[in-house]
Amino acid sequence: MEPFTIHTGVVAALDRANVDTDQIIPKQFLKRIERTGFGEFLFFDWRFLADGSPNPDFELNAPELADASILLARRNFGCGSSREHAPWALGDYGFRVVIAPTFADIFYSNCFQNGILPIRLEETDVDELFRRSEAGPSRLTVDLTTQTISDDSGFSRGFEIDAFRRRSLLEGLDAIGLTLQHAAAIDEWEQAHGVPQG
Amino acid sequence: MATPRSLLDKIWDQHVVCAPAGEQPLIYIDLHLVHEVTSPQAFEGLRLAGRKVRRPGKTFATPDHNVPTTDRSLPIADPISRQQIDTLRNNCREFGVRLFDLDDADQGIVHVIGPEMGLTQPGMTIVCGDSHTATHGALGALAFGIGTSEVEHVLATQTLRQSKPKSLELRVEGELAPGVTAKDLVLFLIGKISTEGGTGSVIEYTGPCIRRLSMEQRMTVCNMSIEGGARAGMIAPDATTFDYLRGRDFAPHNFDAAVAKWELLASDPGCHYDRTEVFNGADVVPQVTWGTNPAQVVGVDAVVPDPASLTTAADRDSATRALEYMGLAGGAKITDIPLDRVFIGSCTNSRIEDLREAARVVRGYRVASSISAMVVPGSGRVKRQAEAEGLDSIFREAGFDWREAGCSMCLGMNPDTLAVGERCASTSNRNFEGRQGKGGRTHLVSPSMAAAAAINGHFTDIRGWNYNG
Repeated sequence: MEPFTIHTGVVAALDRANVDTDQIIPKQFLKRIERTGFGEFLFFDWRFLADGSPNPDFELNAPELADASILLARRNFGCGSSREHAPWALGDYGFRVVIAPTFADIFYSNCFQNGILPIRLEETDVDELFRRSEAGPSRLTVDLTTQTISDDSGFSRGFEIDAFRRRSLLEGLDAIGLTLQHAAAIDEWEQAHGVPQG
Repeated sequence: MATPRSLLDKIWDQHVVCAPAGEQPLIYIDLHLVHEVTSPQAFEGLRLAGRKVRRPGKTFATPDHNVPTTDRSLPIADPISRQQIDTLRNNCREFGVRLFDLDDADQGIVHVIGPEMGLTQPGMTIVCGDSHTATHGALGALAFGIGTSEVEHVLATQTLRQSKPKSLELRVEGELAPGVTAKDLVLFLIGKISTEGGTGSVIEYTGPCIRRLSMEQRMTVCNMSIEGGARAGMIAPDATTFDYLRGRDFAPHNFDAAVAKWELLASDPGCHYDRTEVFNGADVVPQVTWGTNPAQVVGVDAVVPDPASLTTAADRDSATRALEYMGLAGGAKITDIPLDRVFIGSCTNSRIEDLREAARVVRGYRVASSISAMVVPGSGRVKRQAEAEGLDSIFREAGFDWREAGCSMCLGMNPDTLAVGERCASTSNRNFEGRQGKGGRTHLVSPSMAAAAAINGHFTDIRGWNYNG
């Protein structure tokens, strides 16, 4: 997995609460058997009109957000289906960070598996970031080593993250490889609980 | 005396394999259920790394999300769907995983077949790459949905990295009125706690109203825990649970010894919950969702709320957007909303009791001429049982389509979808924008409410229904 340390990028603001994973990647794109190539389908039903042309009213279609890599969202982002296709689509589209007041649990966990940093900020701070992006695209620097978010015009906030998840992202750890270092403990648990081989 | 522990505490403590300093604990997984949509990339990951499935005997697979519900003897028309189902078949063969394939008598929705075969048992940890894995918590298991990377992790190690979740007790006193179902109860609870009330938590449903629910009704309640934000919902096992499991295919051979162990799982009196909320079953009326998330719900005797009447700006914005999508105006009576489609099925409401309940409403009536209605049983077994009881004839004679088992129009990955603007009364679990088809409008209801809506062409309060026999 690609490590995450410091990232600076353009912020795309998506001012809607309860954005579910069906919106992030609609079901018609879940039939693929690869992990890659989902970016073109991100927010498909919002991004494109019935004739396939980009929907000019959808926030992310603004030309100045073409290179956005930080998604600013509202409460309960990523609710609903467990589909990891959601972070795959976000990552493939170019997002490395999602900022919201709250995230749904499964989506939050799936982000870390894919080098995407989900950041929970206080609602008032998220409001402030939305205000700052109203005038035009804003940029933010996200530093995982110091756990801070900042911009050039005085915004600076710390954020909380589980220490193990932070380390996994910073080092781009292979989760399965790390667990297999505890193979003896798994063997022991199975023996103690009479788990048959196979 | 030992500190009183909750059901969650007991299952958790028993399954911690190790908690190395500076890492999340590793917990052991007793049962891993696999389906075609969220597993191909996980098996591919194993293949690329040269890894095996650690415990194939604890891993079971079935195709459900993407399968046609029409004639199974025909090849699957959509080549991409077919490829995904072929991929599951090949992966199961290569890695030695037991598959209940499309032509297997036991194929069905993964959350229906787990309990009905007795794979799901009290005290287990159960995962599946599907958020409705919460269903299995109805039998007193800790069961939750995971992503595909975690599926790969469990396949390779039979464990999962997991910090212990918080506990949320939802205690329901009293009892449900006649005509009010487990579906109405869980929609009511989600309406109260919101779509994120359970985030970070496992819900334990307790209280006399929950104790009175049948096993299948408990599954309906636990199934929708994720719609309240909780990754898992659970109900302590009791005589209802043990009676349900006795004699099922995968139930323990020494059943009485297993029951003696399972009886110890119930939460101890006075145990700690991080949060408790108390409700009364008598306050629940048949529910209908009006918006685009399951917490946007009211009683059938109410009106669609006026967004301006809502408390927070976020709720007002969300409601305005939802009503625009749903083509509804604040103040409209729920019973005046006309419908185009009715779907009875999904891991929430496709079990035999659900079909009996719907058939009882339908008996002797005809589906309204404006409505296209379908029943999709949750599994091959449910379908055969319903046919043995003659329920299929009741549905067919009334004008319902009677289909093969699968997820079907709950998420519309297969050809069963809504067209743009079509309005559906659905017994499924999500009314998200486009969930049942782009531009489709979903109202979540119980099976009996869906059946009555099919007959009358609009929502009807089931409490006043005139049953034929």
